[in-house]
Amino acid sequence: MVERRPLTSLLTHFVLVLGVIAIALPIWITFVAATHDQYRMNQVPLPLWPGTHLWDNLSQTLFGAGLSGTEGAPVWLMLFNSLAMALMISLGKIAISLLSAFAIVYFRFPFRMTCFWMIFITLMLPVEVRILPTFEVVANLGMLNSYWGLSIPLIASATATFMFRQVFLTVPDEMLESARIDGAGPMRFFWDILLPLSRTNIAALFVILFIFGWNQYLWPLLITTDTSMTTIVMSIKQMLEAAEQSPQWNIIMTTALLAMIPPIFVVISMQKLFVQGLTETDK
Amino acid sequence: MLKRVHFPSSPLPYLLVAPQLAITLVFFIWPASQAMYQSFLIEDAFGLGSEFVWFENFEVLWEDQHYLDAFWRTAIFSLLVAALSMGFALVLAGFAQRVVRGAMAYRTLLIWPYAVAPVLAGALWVFMFNPTLGIFPYFLDFVGIDWNHYLNGNQAMALVVMAAAWKQVAYNFLFYLAAMQSIPNSVIEAAAIDGAGPGRRFFNIILPLISPTTFFLLVINMVYAFFETFGIIHAVTQGGPGTSTTILVYKVFNDGFVGLDLGGSAAQSVVLMVLVIAMTVVQFRYVERKVEY
Repeated sequence: MVERRPLTSLLTHFVLVLGVIAIALPIWITFVAATHDQYRMNQVPLPLWPGTHLWDNLSQTLFGAGLSGTEGAPVWLMLFNSLAMALMISLGKIAISLLSAFAIVYFRFPFRMTCFWMIFITLMLPVEVRILPTFEVVANLGMLNSYWGLSIPLIASATATFMFRQVFLTVPDEMLESARIDGAGPMRFFWDILLPLSRTNIAALFVILFIFGWNQYLWPLLITTDTSMTTIVMSIKQMLEAAEQSPQWNIIMTTALLAMIPPIFVVISMQKLFVQGLTETDK
Repeated sequence: MLKRVHFPSSPLPYLLVAPQLAITLVFFIWPASQAMYQSFLIEDAFGLGSEFVWFENFEVLWEDQHYLDAFWRTAIFSLLVAALSMGFALVLAGFAQRVVRGAMAYRTLLIWPYAVAPVLAGALWVFMFNPTLGIFPYFLDFVGIDWNHYLNGNQAMALVVMAAAWKQVAYNFLFYLAAMQSIPNSVIEAAAIDGAGPGRRFFNIILPLISPTTFFLLVINMVYAFFETFGIIHAVTQGGPGTSTTILVYKVFNDGFVGLDLGGSAAQSVVLMVLVIAMTVVQFRYVERKVEY
């Protein structure tokens, strides 16, 4: 700050606090809804202050019947499915992008640029624009209702490949020269020098990709018909539909809360890596 | 982009790029070319055979009033989302960069909607605006507004715009804050010595200096509103009431998976592909080239 203006400072904090309230309000209301019983959640006006039923709702949602009147999978299984999908997508993307960036930066081989452009094209083909034919491919390969079908079609990544390419380009040439003098082969160099050097980049990318994987919606919606493969994010939509018949908002919002907590926890606890990952991948 | 010092050619690099290329070919390039091929076909009413018709699907699309409406609706929707979330983020970042102590605390409190899935964001907003139970319709009733987004198309549009913008504020805030913090302090101080107050400095110094960020965010937000808001629409309105919130991505899904119009859906996919490619080109051409101060 360049000058002392008590009034402006007051206004600053006032506006920021208002902004925080506006941003946090939907999440607060979700939390409040998850702490009341069903009876209270059907009376107008709805509460704005937490009640005492959080543990009842949590245990009913996680291990009990969940939403009555629907025949879905138990919520703990959905959480597990989401976790498996998010981890497979994020780790898979990181692994194959590291390998292809390594090949493109450190090897001269025929069709190198062809490979590069083919990876680049994936940037221009989000799932949303090729849903039907991709669905057919996955169905023909027999990957419907499987973890493989949920994750593999999403793990090609141009952004991750570009990011690792940038990182590798900043590694000094002397590293490779000295490694070769010491008799290290390509894979040895990759494991012992490149991987440790890009550790923070990998972590930052993991934060972003974990959120990306956890929040997938359209793709799981298309390829899972078996309720035991439902992910938690998908289940919210089914519950909203059920809510039109029997409004059990306390259970629905508890489920929503459970679906939000893992990615929010990742963002808040690894905030520095998150910001780094966000700014690196989008340039 | 190749290292000056590199490994000699061997089968190894092919093995290294093989997994990425295999997935790209099987799940990206092949389906995209299938979509392109199908967009030239019309299936007969029983799905028994199909006829190659060149651009007829596109001509039908171009004359279809529903499709043209969806196009305009998508444009308006994405502009509203971009304007609302960027405006909100700009104001917050403008104030947050003034705070010396506690700026990081505000950042922590403002970034979490980024982590919320679009469909969840939709669920939260649909709950808050539930016509019979929701908090906001209850208060809106006092000022004489009868809220029912199941019946009123404009209210439904307002609701999806708010939900989509809310989720994106965090992202815009982070980029605006970073851009403002990278402005040299001496520039701000010089303006202050010349007698410019905080408001004047914001509009005459900070805003022009962060214009590259504004442009970058505009592109990113348009792409977000075009393609990533499917979950919000699906959870909140399912394109309704009528077709008042049917945006292009939702229409592709709806015509293809619900209406089973393969040729028409494929033609729409191709149009969307062209749009993504155009946006990506804009993003790379203008965003990479940093505007000089």
